[in-house]
Amino acid sequence: MHRHEECRQLLNSLSDYVDGDLQQELCDEIELHMKDCENCRIVIDTLSKTVSLYQTSSEAAVFPDEVRQRLFHRLDLDEFLNL
Amino acid sequence: MISDQDQKSFSLEALRDGDRAEFARLVEAYSPMIYRLGLKMLNNPQDAEDILQETFIKAYRHIGNFDGRSSISTWLYRIATNEALMSIRRKRPETISFDVPSVYDTEPQEPLQIVDWCCLPEDEFLTSEGRARLDEAANRLPTNLRVVFILRDIEGLSTRETAEVLEISEMAVKTRLSRARLRLREDLSEYFGRLLEKE
Repeated sequence: MHRHEECRQLLNSLSDYVDGDLQQELCDEIELHMKDCENCRIVIDTLSKTVSLYQTSSEAAVFPDEVRQRLFHRLDLDEFLNL
Repeated sequence: MISDQDQKSFSLEALRDGDRAEFARLVEAYSPMIYRLGLKMLNNPQDAEDILQETFIKAYRHIGNFDGRSSISTWLYRIATNEALMSIRRKRPETISFDVPSVYDTEPQEPLQIVDWCCLPEDEFLTSEGRARLDEAANRLPTNLRVVFILRDIEGLSTRETAEVLEISEMAVKTRLSRARLRLREDLSEYFGRLLEKE
């Protein structure tokens, strides 16, 4: 198979690969391909980094207390605000 | 990620009977994640707060219809996601339909940016500018890709849970997530690639 065509076919599996959600046979195929294909290695590494950056950045999201207070008020649950 | 275990800590019977203390516990447990979902979907704190309030108002009204086949969190996510999608459609009526197959389901996007920016120092990634770039890139995604990406990678739902929330197949979730991630990678590669050149 032509190298570029092989890269294109693997593209559909990369997301599952970075999730560790791919059959072993396909993992082996990707890892073998990466040994000889620097471009695909870079795409996989930066794809994996992209996912982890979003996951890390979302952990720091805050829920403002005034939003919580207005929500409880709107739901007529003020008496449970401080429980 | 919210698991089925969380469901067991709430009494469905009490919720269905209109027990306000139990409902308050539910609100307390799930309001941060629903607010975050709204914020990521709509990129506006006021809109996110509206989604949050509407979600729990509807949940209180319709808890009697909740059959318990999915987890409570999945049910709440479904209400919130529908509210957010309706809000987007009201503001941008040209937005493509969410639930029909689109070009993004069939055509893979080939990577154009081949820059290995993973080697940048860790403290360069999540600066305030870096975070703003992450948000901008996510906001540029088409709605049907963005919502899958937010549920899977921001909220941490499983493929099955995301499929249940959106009422689409697990295969469609995987395909859209893959398209979303590849687009984000392209976008971030432009930005972090430029940072790498300056190193």
